[in-house]
Amino acid sequence: MRPEISKKIFSILLIFILTGFSIQILLAEDHSHDEHAEGTHEAHSEGFNPGEFVIHHVSDAFEWHIFTYKDFHASIPLPIILYSKKSGWHFFMSSKFHHGHSTYKNFRIAHYGENAGKIEEVDSHGHLIDLPVDLSITKAVAGAMFSVIIILWIFLSTAKSAKRNKGKAPKGIQNLFEPIILFIRDEVAKPAIGDKKYEKFMPFLLTVFFFILINNLMGLIPIFPFGANVTGNIAVTMVLALFTFAITTINGNKHYWKEIYNPGVPWLLKFPIPLMPIVELSGVIIKPFVLMVRLFANMMAGHMIVTVFVSLIFIFANLFGAGVGLAVSPVSIAFSVFILLLDVLVSFIQAYVFTLLSALYFGMATSEHH
Amino acid sequence: MGFVTPDYGTIFWMVIIFGIVFYILKKFAWKPILNALKDREQSIEEALSSADKARKEVEGLKANNEKIVAEARKEKDMILKDAKELKDKMLAEAKEQASKEGQKIVEAARQQIEAEKKAAINEMKLQLTELSVLVAEKIIQKELKEKNVQEDIVNDLLKDLKIQ
Repeated sequence: MRPEISKKIFSILLIFILTGFSIQILLAEDHSHDEHAEGTHEAHSEGFNPGEFVIHHVSDAFEWHIFTYKDFHASIPLPIILYSKKSGWHFFMSSKFHHGHSTYKNFRIAHYGENAGKIEEVDSHGHLIDLPVDLSITKAVAGAMFSVIIILWIFLSTAKSAKRNKGKAPKGIQNLFEPIILFIRDEVAKPAIGDKKYEKFMPFLLTVFFFILINNLMGLIPIFPFGANVTGNIAVTMVLALFTFAITTINGNKHYWKEIYNPGVPWLLKFPIPLMPIVELSGVIIKPFVLMVRLFANMMAGHMIVTVFVSLIFIFANLFGAGVGLAVSPVSIAFSVFILLLDVLVSFIQAYVFTLLSALYFGMATSEHH
Repeated sequence: MGFVTPDYGTIFWMVIIFGIVFYILKKFAWKPILNALKDREQSIEEALSSADKARKEVEGLKANNEKIVAEARKEKDMILKDAKELKDKMLAEAKEQASKEGQKIVEAARQQIEAEKKAAINEMKLQLTELSVLVAEKIIQKELKEKNVQEDIVNDLLKDLKIQ
């Protein structure tokens, strides 16, 4: 009875994700029309610009774009929070920028140059004054907030059912997530950290695993409110890596620091020039850096390849006419679907790898002997 | 390449978001879930060990029962054996006593018969003596005139006596 329910949930999720894929492709096509249209409007690029299209799709934005039909842009405006040295704090919705076309309160979104994509403050003649402190809720932040709500809902209800079924067999949603939690505990935390100390790190490992996993999967579902490229945003992965770094550093014991500043190597490697300490110390920084880059690059690449395959249709259409583009589209779509399915796998693997490596670093920081 | 430089605004919000979600989940989700898992594992382990203990106990009881049954059987055998022995003994004793008694009775009867016989013989002898005395008296009284006759009579008498 109970396994059937979890199976059902799984199949529903699968269907959800799969339908999501196809819709993403449709939306992507819409998008390319939009790019196409914009291109002709603004005349700074002629025809379809695949590079811009792909970058636009995978990078962060001040508004949550849903679809564009001819000249009509449907998007969710997001709050812009700015602090300028000159004029103080500003709070307004991104709809005031009219999709980046207009200047509001002397602020505008830069489209070219070194500040491209950032908000800059200009004077009444349109000359750049300064870059304000930008704490806007961007698409990535909004997406993360939304996924956090889902995560909280899932795990608070799991906890509720765990409390209700104390000492009994698990039920419902608890059944779906308990095996994963057990997997993190028994296959990741225990072997990496050790039976005695793993409990302290379990909350972080579980939080980071499910945060990454759910954000990864939600990034693959293209319809609003999913589809924000949260884990493919380097600032997000940086924060996650910084948490791992902070916890490793705070929990580092005597042995850990001794191995960094005075590792057990021949003294020639330490004395005139502290070669090994330098290597070890850079390792401390490199470990979280690698965590940050790995997750970011994987997720970013997945999103990018999908959009690249879709944009192939329009590249062909631009070069050889609409008929060729149409002929290419089934191949492109097939490849996109394949890559998206691969991304589902990658989502799980990256969440697992990030958690496993964090656990290994915690294990290194707390181990008593070599 | 704007998307490879981390945006500080996003970092700021992400620290807050992740910090909050970490805190809430740690306090209200992971703690009860992990505790529940641990509790369940413990209770399963306890149940298994207690089942094992119970099984061992049952095994012990079985062994005990068998021992008791064996003992009871042994006791029964012993009692039967005792009873048989007693019976045999009693029978033997009774037999012996009976035969003894019988012998005694036979002996007593024989003795009595013997005594009676003796007494009868004695009386007969006595009467014979008296008779012979009487015969002798009469003979002496009547026929002391003829010597031949006298001798014949005595001889006849003696012959009679020998037969007796």
